[in-house]
Amino acid sequence: MPDTGFGILSLLLAAPLVVAILIGLAPGKSHGAIRAIGIGGSGLIFLMSVIGLQGFDGSTHRFQFVESLPLIPQLGITYKLGMDGISYWLVLLTTLLTFLSLIFSVYVKERVRAYFALMLVLETAMLGVFLALDGILFYCFFEASLIPMALLIAVWGGSNRRKAAIKFFVYTFAASIFLLAGLIVMAIQLQQATGVLSFDILALQAAAAEGILWAAHPALQMTIFIAFAVAFAVKCPMFPVHTWLPDAHTEAPTAGSIILAGVLLKMGTYGFLRMGIPLFPEASLEAAPVINLLAVIGIIYGALVAARQVDVKKLVAYSSVAHMGFVMLGIFSFDSNGMIGGAYQQLNHGISTGGLFLLIGLLYERIHTRLFKDMGGLKAQMPVYAMLFLIMMLSSVGVPGLNGFVGEFLALMGSFQSALDGVVDMPIALPIIAATGVIFAAVYLLIMFQKVFYGPITNPMLSRLKDLKRWEVGLTMCFVALAFLGGILPNIFLKPMEASVDAVRRMAIEAPGPNKIKWNEPAPTAMANTGEVN
Amino acid sequence: MQNEIVLGYPTFDWLGLAPVIAVIVGGLLALMLEMARPKSSNRGVVGVSLASLAVAGWFAVTSIGQPAQESMGGQVVRDGPGLIIQLLIIAVTALTVTFSDAYLRRRGIAFGEFYPLALWAASGAMVMATTRDLLMLFLGLEIMSISLYCLAGLSTKERRSEEASLKYLLLGAFASAFLLLGIAFLFGASGSLHLSALPGSLGSPDPTMARFAEFGLILVIAGLFFKLAVFPFHQWTPDVYQGAPTNVTAFMAALVKPATLIFLYRLLEASLVARDLWMPIIFWGAILTMTVGNLSALVSKDAKRTLAYSSIAHAGYLLVGLAAWAASPEKITPNAILFYLVSYGITTIGIFATMTLLATTTREDTRLSALNGLWRRSPWTAAAMVVFAASLLGMPIFAGFWAKILILQDAFTAEQTTLALVLIVNSIISAIYYVNMGREVFVEDEPEPMFTENPPARTAQGSLGLQVTVAICAGLTIVGALLIPTLFQSFEATKMVDSSVEQAPLTPPDEAWPEKPEPVAKQ
Repeated sequence: MPDTGFGILSLLLAAPLVVAILIGLAPGKSHGAIRAIGIGGSGLIFLMSVIGLQGFDGSTHRFQFVESLPLIPQLGITYKLGMDGISYWLVLLTTLLTFLSLIFSVYVKERVRAYFALMLVLETAMLGVFLALDGILFYCFFEASLIPMALLIAVWGGSNRRKAAIKFFVYTFAASIFLLAGLIVMAIQLQQATGVLSFDILALQAAAAEGILWAAHPALQMTIFIAFAVAFAVKCPMFPVHTWLPDAHTEAPTAGSIILAGVLLKMGTYGFLRMGIPLFPEASLEAAPVINLLAVIGIIYGALVAARQVDVKKLVAYSSVAHMGFVMLGIFSFDSNGMIGGAYQQLNHGISTGGLFLLIGLLYERIHTRLFKDMGGLKAQMPVYAMLFLIMMLSSVGVPGLNGFVGEFLALMGSFQSALDGVVDMPIALPIIAATGVIFAAVYLLIMFQKVFYGPITNPMLSRLKDLKRWEVGLTMCFVALAFLGGILPNIFLKPMEASVDAVRRMAIEAPGPNKIKWNEPAPTAMANTGEVN
Repeated sequence: MQNEIVLGYPTFDWLGLAPVIAVIVGGLLALMLEMARPKSSNRGVVGVSLASLAVAGWFAVTSIGQPAQESMGGQVVRDGPGLIIQLLIIAVTALTVTFSDAYLRRRGIAFGEFYPLALWAASGAMVMATTRDLLMLFLGLEIMSISLYCLAGLSTKERRSEEASLKYLLLGAFASAFLLLGIAFLFGASGSLHLSALPGSLGSPDPTMARFAEFGLILVIAGLFFKLAVFPFHQWTPDVYQGAPTNVTAFMAALVKPATLIFLYRLLEASLVARDLWMPIIFWGAILTMTVGNLSALVSKDAKRTLAYSSIAHAGYLLVGLAAWAASPEKITPNAILFYLVSYGITTIGIFATMTLLATTTREDTRLSALNGLWRRSPWTAAAMVVFAASLLGMPIFAGFWAKILILQDAFTAEQTTLALVLIVNSIISAIYYVNMGREVFVEDEPEPMFTENPPARTAQGSLGLQVTVAICAGLTIVGALLIPTLFQSFEATKMVDSSVEQAPLTPPDEAWPEKPEPVAKQ
């Protein structure tokens, strides 16, 4: 694979930091300038990601735009970036959601400078996770996202923010240090097998595909897989390690919630797709029944708990637990439909839940409460808001015509197929139970809609409410448009990731050997793509 | 040349001694200048101190890359690890000297004696780092310790500073007694004060001599454990760290660990034949030290005390590195330990330096709650503090993270899985108190009623010296990873050309009872 210098991916990584520095240097106390730089900058970064990545070729599973630079050769750590179909959409989702949530952030009135700077630092960390092709680099970005997010919760969060921030930090830090330990052990295994100390994910995958990575200590594969799975499962979050999520979501400022739900949770599922499955093919196949069981428990449990919530934001937070269960179910079906459904559902969840959090935030800025008992009868006061909310809610439920349907349908279908074919050794009951989760989602989300928008106005404050401003409608329309686009023309999103997702599936189910699919074979067709910037 | 022959010393390695001499002379000059200086300004003293440290640093840097050698009858050794530790000592001393003046002034302890004492403490530590001779070790250790006893009690108006000084002195004397007794036993067993005699005496066919040597070895390890604050010899640390003036605490934490640990490494390297004897000590020392340090830090309400417990925990992490090296010395170099020491030293100076900002003129409030809302008061300091706390915790991309990776990598390579797992669990525990510290810095609580009487320092950015120190430390902490290749290379380049460990005479000690230590000839 040709080593190229700095290209579009490094540029993407550096751009948010540059904007953050500009915000730090912005003169005076004027919030206007800071907001303008932050929003304009993140908008430019989004444009850059759209235009710069146009040359992306979705027909191959190879990594593209690859950059590689030895960082600490003694430790086998390389600065290696690359992009495939899975990370392509997640990168675009990250840049878009950061841009949109920064627009919303004009509502932030306190410590504006630090707020915008932290959001942009967070953007770099998130992009880094999706672009890193070196285990340690991945871990660095994975952890680097913690500090800004914890600060966003701790400083700009709700009333119980301190506890939530510490819980978020300690929980995810504790889990991900096992990832670090696992990475180190894995690199040592690679060194013993091949004589090369490297954290390069591509090299590790190649060794795993040829069956030499775990040859010396076969039992180790499962141990290390569990270490990885713990780190990713907490991030997802999967039942029973989801308990940080409702607190963090509820207490985070609106933009933080959007990013948390939209992007940060995807780091977990992405981690499974990038490392958990390709590097531990046998172990992930073996663990799939347990993971699917936990995913199904998460779907049902999340739905049941959500139905009992009295706080809108907390309800959506618990619905995230359920939705991420579908993602995991799809990914760990090891069926081509199921996996692509799971990967697609990642994006859908980002859009629908992000949109819901945005709408809740817009309401919160007006009435400063999130409790059902203070709401009711909003539909008469805010008809446009109610309509937009309904669409985003239906997208979250998974109504046909909207994006959520496609992802959940594919994931469930794949899971059925996999249980029927025996690809994953699990009872057919599991996907059937999971399917009922869709109904549960409809129940609790519709109850929420009824409580918020129908009935008499009990809170006198609500009678003075005005509907959304024009820019707010425009902002929300971005989410609505994407929800429709993803539901009506899903192939726009599915096509570019098909090859990459299928490669991951084959990495899992093919028997190890010299002919097994790999990422880093310098195939002639791949040569033309790698390193090409435009 | 004439002198050397008369004295029977084959080599007199001026270059090896030059850094130490420069620092000692610098201390003397600073002391003289201090007596003659105008009382209003310490600038001259600071300048002389920094200049002598710069000279010492230059000498040490020029030595890097030259072949390692032992000279002066084996009393001075010049090798990669020693030079790196010397440079680290010089650096932390310079950083401490840079930020101390304003702090001492604000606290009303504008003692010019601080500078000579700090330099001499540094010279003692540098001697410890570059010797394989037990007597030289004792000499260096005492020079360092006595200077530190005085420094800890520098704030004579404060009872807890005096208490710290006395406690440190008494317990330190206790530890020195251990050490001396151990040295005596080792000398009795081998007839030599040089570490190269250790394998012979430990592996002596005469069981009495071997027991003597083993007993002496354990006593010496205990004495060094005291200085490192390893469980169960860690009890003094919280009180001393809390009581001493903050700049002294910073200096102490960053100075003593490297100097002591490098000698412990040399000691263990020389006594690998008796690994079965001391390996359990290191192993359990590491586990207990990490765990006790971190668990105690959880309940501490004082920032300096928390950091004292965290320094105990870090001593435990270092022992993990040492144990990993000891378990398979053929595969693992002490690079991880060295980098850990460098990263820990820089970060510690940084975090204590930011804490000096909390001092008001009357008394110092170092409760964790005094950090509350620091961000509002001085945002850059708060940001720096987060960098340091994150590095101590081992968050990427800071230096402490790479240090922890190196240690973990060694531990896994040496198949010391238990130690690695205990280290990981401890990292998780430590996250709680570091995050708590960060929370205090960033989140403002409602002001407590007691703050109305004694409000936390409404400080500006601190003095120029403090800013420089914090900026350098933060910068190094952030780009710490880039130091790793340099460190590895300099270690490779300055490898011991021949190791006297293998050549150690295996003759029974009573037959070989030389007049003076065997000079080890080097090319």
